[in-house]
Amino acid sequence: MTSNSNGLKAYLSAHMKDYGLLFALIAIMAFFQIVTDGTLMRPVNITNLFLQNSYIIVMALGMLIVIVAGHIDLSVGSVMGFVGALAAVMIVQYHIPVWVTIPLCIVLGGLIGAAQGYWVAFWKIPSFIATLAGMLVFRGASLWLLEGQSVGPFPQSFQILSTGFVGDIFPTALTAPIAEMVGSRNFNLLCLAVGAIASGVIISIGLRQQARGRAYGIEGEPTAFFWGRNIIVVGALMFLTFKLATFRGLPNVLVTMGLLIVLYAFVTEKTVIGRRIYALGGNEKAARLSGIKTERLTFLAFVNMGVLAALGGLIFAARLNTATPKAGFGLELDVIAAVFIGGASMSGGSGKIVGAVVGAFIMGVMNNGMSIVGIGIDYQQMIKGLVLLAAVIFDVYNKQKQA
Amino acid sequence: MSILLEMREITKEFPGVKALDRVNLRVAEGEIHAICGENGAGKSTLMKVLSGVYPAGSYDGEIHYDGQLAEFRNLRDSENRGIVIIHQELALVPELSIAENLFIGNERAQRGVMNWHETFQQTEQLLKKVGLKDSPGTQVDKIGVGKQQLVEIAKALAKDVRLLILDEPTAALQENDSRKLLDLMLELKAQGVTCIIISHKLNEVRYVADTVTVIRDGMTVSTLDAKGLSEDDIVRDMVGRDMSNRYPERDRRAGDMLLEVEGWNVWHPEHAERQVIDDISFNVRAGEVVGIAGLMGSGRTELAMSIFGRSWGRNISGTARLKGTTVDLSTVDRAIKAGLAYVTEDRKSLGLILDETIRFNTTLANLEEVSTKGVLDQNDETRAAEHYRQALRTRTPSVFQKVGNLSGGNQQKVVLGKWLFTGPEVLILDEPTRGIDVGAKYEIYAIINELSAQGKGVVMISSEMPELLGMCDRIYVMNEGAFVGELPAAEASQERIMSLIVTE
Ligand SMILES: Nc1ncnc2c1ncn2[C@@H]1O[C@H](COP(=O)(O)OP(=O)(O)OP(=O)(O)O)[C@@H](O)[C@H]1O
Ligand SMILES: [Mg+2]
Repeated sequence: MTSNSNGLKAYLSAHMKDYGLLFALIAIMAFFQIVTDGTLMRPVNITNLFLQNSYIIVMALGMLIVIVAGHIDLSVGSVMGFVGALAAVMIVQYHIPVWVTIPLCIVLGGLIGAAQGYWVAFWKIPSFIATLAGMLVFRGASLWLLEGQSVGPFPQSFQILSTGFVGDIFPTALTAPIAEMVGSRNFNLLCLAVGAIASGVIISIGLRQQARGRAYGIEGEPTAFFWGRNIIVVGALMFLTFKLATFRGLPNVLVTMGLLIVLYAFVTEKTVIGRRIYALGGNEKAARLSGIKTERLTFLAFVNMGVLAALGGLIFAARLNTATPKAGFGLELDVIAAVFIGGASMSGGSGKIVGAVVGAFIMGVMNNGMSIVGIGIDYQQMIKGLVLLAAVIFDVYNKQKQA
Repeated sequence: MSILLEMREITKEFPGVKALDRVNLRVAEGEIHAICGENGAGKSTLMKVLSGVYPAGSYDGEIHYDGQLAEFRNLRDSENRGIVIIHQELALVPELSIAENLFIGNERAQRGVMNWHETFQQTEQLLKKVGLKDSPGTQVDKIGVGKQQLVEIAKALAKDVRLLILDEPTAALQENDSRKLLDLMLELKAQGVTCIIISHKLNEVRYVADTVTVIRDGMTVSTLDAKGLSEDDIVRDMVGRDMSNRYPERDRRAGDMLLEVEGWNVWHPEHAERQVIDDISFNVRAGEVVGIAGLMGSGRTELAMSIFGRSWGRNISGTARLKGTTVDLSTVDRAIKAGLAYVTEDRKSLGLILDETIRFNTTLANLEEVSTKGVLDQNDETRAAEHYRQALRTRTPSVFQKVGNLSGGNQQKVVLGKWLFTGPEVLILDEPTRGIDVGAKYEIYAIINELSAQGKGVVMISSEMPELLGMCDRIYVMNEGAFVGELPAAEASQERIMSLIVTE
């Protein structure tokens, strides 16, 4: 065997996790694209996919941090439901303006996170128990708040949080011909432009990193892999934004979600606080002896989770246009599953934002695809359970092979 | 004498590292065979190959055991043939009793139901064999490391051991505990057990071994008859050159007062009535290396950790002054900012994040240095890690290696690098050379000297008295939580230190 192919093999086996996840998502999408006769990739459905999964992804960002820090939060589904209920009561029943309600709800989410994180961080109550308690409390609180009834509908100004779209800035004179060309009713050029800009940014960041790595003699990703991966990612991005453009353009939530993903990926990978969270989860005692305020950091991870759960609750309520007493039941499990499918480890210290997002999409595409095909909820649950198991086994197997 | 074990041309590779390169090892029946070599030479790896931790097929070469080709697929396989390995890190379950630990995986039971009577009876016999007087029901974490090591051996004996492998069994032991263990080995030898021992303590190797095999860079350098062998002979083969002096020279000149600790009192975090540190005062001047001698359990680590950001104990009282001004050392963060660094004795659980890279660990205690406005500059990090890798001669293919994959001694260098990177004024070293080979020890001593030449203060806690005597300007002697004496280097000797401890 030549040394070159040996190097490729070694690289692939060391990064199997990253590529495996990406390929799994692509394979699952391709599979459902075929079995749904192309329905999966229809512009309406893609838009729907984002809307349906936005709140899961938003919460997965927080959950990833909690899990990397070595904890778990079982209360997010209930907190989400509770915040949605509160927003409904405030807006629909008390006619409090939307612009007051939204910030208040988000602050409340932070406070809820703080209340739970306080016990976990400073009293060393196992997070499983503290947040299990939280889950029960806020489930009850939603029921009490809504008095068992659904409350809605919301005014338009609240709904756009989820169901609004970013309007095109380009003149119709320019976009109409394109729409005609691609055979759709209209064409949102802004959407496509955003896709193109994002693609450019992704590639240039990648190139810059490679160049810097080389300067230090680090053997980074082999060139073929780098381009292969980037072409797939950029291709997918362009394809999706093109499809969205032929429908109604960029959904507001997609923009919110995209910004949050970038922000959290940056914070976890490039900042001091992110680094400290990984250290905390990797070895709490060693982290503390390195001058890291482990308790405060744990506390903040839960506050952050609370804020994102509240945001998720608002998005969810806005999407359904009503708050129901059962909103969010069991949703924490979808969020946690997404993070683990995305490669985070139960014992803390490892996992990536991008992984969690891809994990959430894997779950989302499966949900969506199976519903289109008409598979019953019973089978859906079983299949999802097995996928979660398979993902984690794949991960563990990979680790063992490397040892 | 017949050959019990022969390992032929063993080669073992990890991604990017050739840990063993056609190593040969022949062990005669009934002998004590020592394996020596620098950190990362491949000693532990060789023993893991032998015991099936790395299964047949994952390495090249052949193992012949008791006249047969052996292909162990796991630990069980090798244990069934009477090969028992006691790893560098102890593998006892701290929450279980001695008796339960002895028979883990080897339980005395009928149809799955524990036979406690037999368990306890056999435990007592085994404990007698290894010379332990503790009751079989004692929880393992309630006895000291020395005794735990003996329990490990008793556990091996419970499995009808024929070839016993000990990987650095005395690294964490006090001299008298070590001596007990070595005598036990000689006793087992008299009963016909063959032993392989890995150790960096060459005086011990000379005391017990019949044959010494030296490994360097994954290759067998020599196999020597221990009779008439001197420590220098072994060292020469280990490092590949003569090492006339074990302690590098340094001009000793103490400068201005650096750190003064006065009236330091600490109570136990769980047993509130137990005072662990009793009214201790000490000081370190610029350019000084100050030693703290004492037996295990005398409270040296507790003292150091309580000073370093109150990371141990409660109700801590006393004052600390740095360059004459009182400093607040109440959190680790503040202690680091004040200019203190503490290199822990327990690198695996307190010093490192094993799943992360060398780079990650090197910068962890001083992320401010490699970041602007909270954003990390990973090139700066690489540069820092690379600097300390070269300065400390850490043996690793790159700074992107996981620390957990490094050999014990190289892990120690990473911890040291991590704390040097914080630019401390006073460096507290807790057993800095534990499990480190002679060559690397010399390098670490040289680093200590360099720090002192730069006007830093060094506090050195060590159970190895020759090391304290060779390196320190002054030695404080500690016993049961209090200082019982202070000796300038010129007046210090092993006997004087021991007599200070004993007469208290
Ligand atoms: N799982 C692993 N993955 C990668 N490299 C490894 C792994 N285990 C060991 N190594 C490398 O193999 C070499 C030999 O390591 P080994 O632990 O056998 O050294 P050692 O002689 O026991 O050293 P020490 O005296 O420090 O304990 C080292 O360079 C180490 O980094
Ligand atoms: Mg070793």
